[in-house]
Parts: sequence; C-alpha cells; structure tokens
Amino acid sequence: MTAIVLIVVLVLAGLLAWPAARLGRRWPRLLALSALGLDLVVVGGLWSQARNAPGWLDEVNLVWLPELGITFHVALDGFSLLLVALTCVVGIVAVGSAWRDIERRSGLFHALLLWTLAGIVGVFVALDLILFYFFWELMLVPAYYLYLWGHDRQLRAALKFFVFTQLSGLLMLLAIVGLYLSHGQATGVYTFDYVQLLANRPTGALATWLFLGFLVAFAVKLPLFPFHSWQPDAYATAPTAVSIILAGAMAKTAGYGLLRFAIPLFPQAAADLSPLLLLLAALSIVYGAWTAFGQTDFKRLVAYSSMAAMGFVMLGIFARQDLAWQGATMQMVAHGLSTSALFFIGGALYRRLGGTAFALMGGLWAVMPRLGALTLFFAVATLGLPGLGNFVGEFLVLLGAFRADPLAAGLAALGLVLATVYALWLVQRVFHGALAPGREAADLRPRELAVLSLLALGLLWLGLFPQSVLDLAAPALQALGGQAGVEMAGAGASAALGGGR
Amino acid sequence: MTLADLASLAPLLVLGIGSVVLMLTIAVRREYRLIAWLAALTFAAALASLPFAAATAPRQVTDLLLIDGLALFYIGLLVALGLVGVGITYGYAQHRGGEREEAYILYLLATLGGAVMAASTHFASFFLGLEILSVSLYGLLSYMRWRLPSIEAGTKYLVLASVSSAFLLFGMALVYAEAGSMVFARVAAAAGATGPGSLVGPGLALMIVGFGFKLGVVPFHMWTPDVYEGGPAPATAFIATVSKGAAFVLLLRFFYQIGLDRQEGLTIAFGAIAALSMLAGNLLALLQTNVKRILAYSSIAHLGYALVAFLAGGTQGAAAATFYLVAYFATTLAAFGVVAALSDSSRVRDADSLADYRGLFWRRPALTVVLTLALLSLAGIPLTAGFLGKLYVVLAGAGASLWWLLVVLVLSSAIGLVYYLRVATILFRRPSGRELNPPLNQSTAVALGFLTLVIVVLGVYPGPLIALIQSVLAVV
Repeated sequence: MTAIVLIVVLVLAGLLAWPAARLGRRWPRLLALSALGLDLVVVGGLWSQARNAPGWLDEVNLVWLPELGITFHVALDGFSLLLVALTCVVGIVAVGSAWRDIERRSGLFHALLLWTLAGIVGVFVALDLILFYFFWELMLVPAYYLYLWGHDRQLRAALKFFVFTQLSGLLMLLAIVGLYLSHGQATGVYTFDYVQLLANRPTGALATWLFLGFLVAFAVKLPLFPFHSWQPDAYATAPTAVSIILAGAMAKTAGYGLLRFAIPLFPQAAADLSPLLLLLAALSIVYGAWTAFGQTDFKRLVAYSSMAAMGFVMLGIFARQDLAWQGATMQMVAHGLSTSALFFIGGALYRRLGGTAFALMGGLWAVMPRLGALTLFFAVATLGLPGLGNFVGEFLVLLGAFRADPLAAGLAALGLVLATVYALWLVQRVFHGALAPGREAADLRPRELAVLSLLALGLLWLGLFPQSVLDLAAPALQALGGQAGVEMAGAGASAALGGGR
Repeated sequence: MTLADLASLAPLLVLGIGSVVLMLTIAVRREYRLIAWLAALTFAAALASLPFAAATAPRQVTDLLLIDGLALFYIGLLVALGLVGVGITYGYAQHRGGEREEAYILYLLATLGGAVMAASTHFASFFLGLEILSVSLYGLLSYMRWRLPSIEAGTKYLVLASVSSAFLLFGMALVYAEAGSMVFARVAAAAGATGPGSLVGPGLALMIVGFGFKLGVVPFHMWTPDVYEGGPAPATAFIATVSKGAAFVLLLRFFYQIGLDRQEGLTIAFGAIAALSMLAGNLLALLQTNVKRILAYSSIAHLGYALVAFLAGGTQGAAAATFYLVAYFATTLAAFGVVAALSDSSRVRDADSLADYRGLFWRRPALTVVLTLALLSLAGIPLTAGFLGKLYVVLAGAGASLWWLLVVLVLSSAIGLVYYLRVATILFRRPSGRELNPPLNQSTAVALGFLTLVIVVLGVYPGPLIALIQSVLAVV
C-alpha cells in the first residue's frame, strides 16, 4: 500500500493547501512541506528494508477496468524508490524556492505544485501501462497551470511544452495499444499489465515500431536532441519552483521510462537502434553544452546545461551495460540535486535583481559572497568535479559507453570539456567583473542558505559514498537488465569505484 | 398491434403523450414553471418506462421499428440529454420575455424524433423521425424571434437541412429502386447481391450526404459554426447532442447491416470523412475567438473521432463509438450549460466571446471548474470521460488496424489541445473589468453538477457503463 499512500498524501495535501491559504499565507507551504516530509519518511522506511532485496518492495494490484484489461497495478523497487525520494527532495527545494515568491493565490499554487509531484510519483510507481500513461499526462496539467505564476504572461512556452509532450505521449499511447493487441492476439489475454506483457514480447518490425512510439515520448521529455525545442523556453519562463520540478524531477521520468518500459519490453529493437541513439545522446551533450555557453540568461543557461546532463543519462541507458546503467541512475539523482540548486540560485537572483539576464549581473561576489561560494560549488558539480555526485554518474556512464561505442563516448567527453567552459563562465559573468554602480543586493537568507547547503551536502554524499545509493537501485537494475538481455557484471560498479570510496 | 408492442413502444408513447399534454396545458394555463416541470416529468417518465420496454426487447414492432438493446440505449441517452437540457434551458429562459413555454414542447418532439430514428429499421420511419427532429429544431433555433442571429441560424438550418433531406430522399429512392424494399434488412441483402451498374452505390452515396449533414462532418459541416453561434445556447446544445446522437445510431444500424467491409467504397468514403473532419475541425477551431464557434468546430473533430470507432466495425467499434458519444455529449452539454448559465438575459448576445470568459475563475470558481473539466475532457486528458472515450476509440481502431486514421487522430488531438488550453487559460487570467456575472439558477446548477459527476465518473470508473454498452450491443 505504500506506493498508493505516497500519492494520496500529496493529493490530499494539495486539496487541503488550497483552502488553507485563507488561514494565512504560510499554511499552504507548511502543508506542502509536511506532506513531502511525510513521504520522505515513508520512503526512508522502505529504504531501510530495501538493501539488496530483489523483487518488489511493495506491490498493489487492484482490478480497475477489467472490460478493457486495465488494472491499478503499482509497485516500488529500489530504482523507483530512489527516484521517488529524489522527487520529494526536489519538491521540498521547490517549495523552499517559492517561499517568498508567490504572493497571489499561494493556496492554489501549492495545490498545483503538490499535484504535479503526485503525478510524477505516480509515473515512478505505475506498472500498468495505461495507468502509467494516465500519470504521464496528469502531471502535465497542474504543471501547465503553474505557468500562470511565471514570467511569461502569454503562456506560449507552456503551451508548446504541453503540446509537444501530449503529441509524443499520444504516439506512446498508440504503441501501448499496439503492444496490448499483439500480446492479446498471441496469448488471448488482453492486458495492459507490464509484468504480463513482459512474459510475451513482440518481435521483428512490429517491436521496432512500438519501441519508436515509446522512444519519442521519452526523447521529448528528456529532452534528446533534436526533440528539445520546447525545453529552454519552458524552463526559463516558468516560475522558479516549477523550473526546479521540471528539470529536477519530471525530466527523470523519461530516463525511468526508458529503463523500466522501453528497453525491457523491446530489447532487440533497443539494441538495434542503440548506435543511433548513442550518437544522438552524444550530440545532445555537445549541443547542450555548446549552446549553454552562448546564453545571455542565467536560467536559459541552466536549461541547456540540463539538456547536456540528460544526454549523459541517455548515453548511459543505451550503452546497455551494468556500469553505464548505474551511472545513468546516479546521474539522474545527482543532476536532480545540482540543477535544482542552480535554478534555486536563479530564483534567488531573480528576486534580488528583478531578472536573470547576465546584463544585470557582474561583480556580485562583493555583495553576496555566500551565494557566490555556493554557486561556484554547484557550477563545479555540474562540470563534473571528482568527489561530487555528477562526477560519479558521468564517469560510470563514460566507462560503459566507451565499451559500447568509443566514438559517442569520445564526443560526450568533449562535452565534459565544454561543460567546464560554460560552468566557469557562468560564475564569472555573475560574480566577477565590475559591480554595477549602485547595485545592492542582500546575501542569502538563512532559509536559502539551509536549502542550498543541504543540496551541497547531498551532492558531496553522492560523490564520496556513491555505493550507498547505488546499492539501493542495483538489484532492480539487475532485474531490468536481465529482462533486457543486458550483460550484468554485478559487482562491477563497486570495483570501479574502489578508489572513490 | 398487441399490448406487448405497446409496452415496447412505451418510451416513444410517453414522449408523444407528454407533448400533447403540454400543449393542452399551455392552452389552459400558461405558466412557465409548471410547463417546465411537466416537460421534465415527461422525460423522467420516459426514462422510467425504459425497463418495461427492455423486458420485451428485442421486439420488431411492425416493419418500421425495432426495439432492441441498441435502440433502447440510445433512446435512454437522448431522453437523459433532453432532461438535462430542460434543466439548462429553465434558467436560461426564465427571465427572458415572450412566450417561452412552447419551447418545451419542441424539446419533447425533437427527442421523440430522435427516439424514432434510434429504433427505425425502415426508410419510412427513418425519414419520419428525421423530419420530426429537424422541424422541431428549426423552431427551437429561431424561437426567440426578436434575436436576429437566431432567425438567421434557424433559416440557415432550415434551408440546408431541407437540401440534405432531399439528398437523403433521393438516395433512398435509388436504393429502393434497386432493392424493391425499404426495410433495412432487405436493402442490405440487395446491396450484397448487386453487381456493377447497380443503383445501390449512388443511392448510398447520396444517403451519406444526408447523414454527413446531420452529423456535421467535413465536407458537410459548413452550417455548424453559424448555427451554433446564432442559436440560443440551450437549443445549440440540443443540436450538438440529441440530433447528432440520433443520426449516429442510425448510421450504426444502417451501415452495419449493409456491412462496411463488404462495400469498399463506403470504407474509403467514411475514412476520408473521418480524417478530414478531425483535421479541419481542429485546424479551423484554432482561428476562432467565439466560444460557441470553437465548440462547433470541436464537434466536427469529435464526430470524426467517433467515425474512427464506427469504421473499426463490429461490436468493439460500435461500443467504442457509443461510449465516445456518451462521454462527448455529457462534456459538450456541460460546456454549453456554462455558456447558457453565463448568458445574461438582459443582453441579446449569449456569453460567447472569449473576452467574456477572461478571469472567470476569480468571480465564478465553481462554473470555471466545470468548464475547465469539460475542456480537459474535450482535449482528452486523463481523469475525464474524454480520455477514456479516446482510449476506447484508439483500442477499437487499432484492433481493426486503422493505423493511418489513428495517426491523424493523434496529430489532430495535439492541435486541438492548443485551443482547448487557450480557453482554459483565459479563465484564469486577471479579469478585464467587463464583468459578466448573472445569478446562477438552481436548475442549471443541478444540471451542471450532474454532468460534472458524469464526466468524472466516466473518467475514473467507466466499467459499469462499458459493460452495459457491450452487453447491449452484443446482439447487433
């Protein structure tokens, strides 16, 4: 029942947060924080039992729509548990970021925020494909309305984001239905249940088409080059809290979907297409990093850097190696934390300067040394400094990808160099140089300092003790790899990381 | 005619008797409230008579009418729509001048016409039902004769509906000339047996024109936006739901008996109509700034989706189309209900400009929630009836390997999302100051509450309805 509890808590808290705004502006966010905290406690409880436990940690399978073969099947394994934990943490950061930003209708804002997070958690636990699609679409609706609090009154970027996701999602729905029918025709059992579908997978050209249907949905969400055109605007014009959720948590649903559904359901198609996809992933990394360097706006730069980071996730996933999958998982978590922190910083700058264009910045270290130091920390985390989580993820991904496709791995390594350029350039543009005359800005408040420090500690933990996190996801990844026919070395990651510990 | 025949026809009889009673009552005592209540009671009685009719089903009553599960389901649907329509109309017309009572007679008669169509198995009853329905609709559209747009809408509908009826009649005549019978079953047998040079093909093509007009699908859709815009909101809602539902059930009954798969031309024609309707409806809706016109173009697209399920054929296709229509009718009726609820009776125009909806959320949160839900359902977002309807259509279409139509469906749904979200966003913007805030009538509130419940229940737990539809259609 835990999986359902996680969602219900968030939905209920959202329902309560809406009217709670009447009691005072602080109530909605306190409710949101306590709901997310409660979810984290529940996740923590499962985590402690989860160490090296194979199989589902928690599973509920209820009849929902037997006429159409749809069940309410939700379950948690270590992999999904890890991402649910990430979602809760990212949610807390988002609430922290919205603390003083949201003056109007804070009740509705927090309600929508919580419902978006509930949808994301739903994606991570759903095992019936229609249920999965349900949550996949559902997390968008409240996220779309959250743009009403954003910088772009016209909501153009939000609309583009919604339409791109919906279109690709519908193609995935077609693929889901195709899978359902092919399974039904082969076995006589018409079901959308993932576990049953796994037992009898389609082959040949049909499998390739269906795989493409899934792939396009995940490639748009990730986003993968060249499906990324919605992303920079959508991340940049959203209210900061929403950027944090989109980049920190929602983008991870794509990586999760690939590993959980697309590859195990269509292993052969995934293997056949992986050379192309590895190349696209490498291009994403290079393109994202290169374009990030050309940005004149803090949030847009972070948006493009986010695309590069998700390129690493994609690279790891399609390297189809034990190490690379662990790396991709680590990269998802580490990027979730680091990009949340960077968007959080963007929000802090926006509050103080009234905008996030670099033209407004420069020399800010003089007035905001604490923010400067923390930004530098997260910038070097993004560029992959050893000792921090992102390094572990990227290193493992590259290690695996090199074995699969040296060319793509080489290109991706080039992206790492470019990341160094834009990350340091970011710090330089914001904090160094001459301070605009008369520019005054308060340094971080205790609340902001607390959020950022916690994120920094998290990244440090991931960098120094990666095994504690990898162990959680490893059994689940092993199982998925077994389904996908991917060679799983088991102890490989520990051996490779021997030095890192 | 035996007693059992009368029992099977009970819903039709109740509607007929009800309209006579209403007419006589108006002659004696013209009281708005009483008449509306009587109309609602008649609809309720017709609903209550369904179990009696079902007890005798399936039963062929003369050559003209067949009371089977399909007919009864659609009669029930049309009557329920009529009942909810009365709820919406009551508040809309309450404070308007003139003699409004006769409108309720027209509602009853239009529903009766639709019910006859749902049960007909013969060209004669088909045409009779169609004309009862159409003539009532002319009256309903131009009922408020001091509203110029209404007159225009009524006239336009009259002229075009007459032309389409003429096409239909001519088509029937050609088919009759070849088949020698007007009974669907014998027409189907003759259609199956004909060779080249037969008149059945041209006859069916002309009949498709008639059907296409009633359904408002491309390329017979031209009247839809103008009539939707001009007619009073409740009357428009009636055209959008009862009239289209009645035409669709005949489409199912007639063409499934002919056998879509046996006539390749039919499949191609309906495939083209469906694809064009989906695309054109959604693309043209992008250009509109009038809510009623947007709903008109959206109806074109939605009938296109329903045609995809219709083309899938078999019980699965019919069930998907039927479920889709139930979901769509509830949704579109809710949207028109909100339009009607916001239309101030002191203004000639309905609340149909997008500007009227700006910032609605801040003054009418409940109505906004209903409208938002309706728009999301039209867009096919999960947790609403519209999503499960679309999923069912996709399932049926994929089962029949209609992949190209499904790709068109997916593309046009994504286009549709743009304008649904545009309206759904305007509701939450800062108010413009042009406040439109008439009081909400209780009957409208009840009707909208019921429709909202239907949209959500069908979106979350549609199992019972799907099971009912599948059992009802199993015999078709």
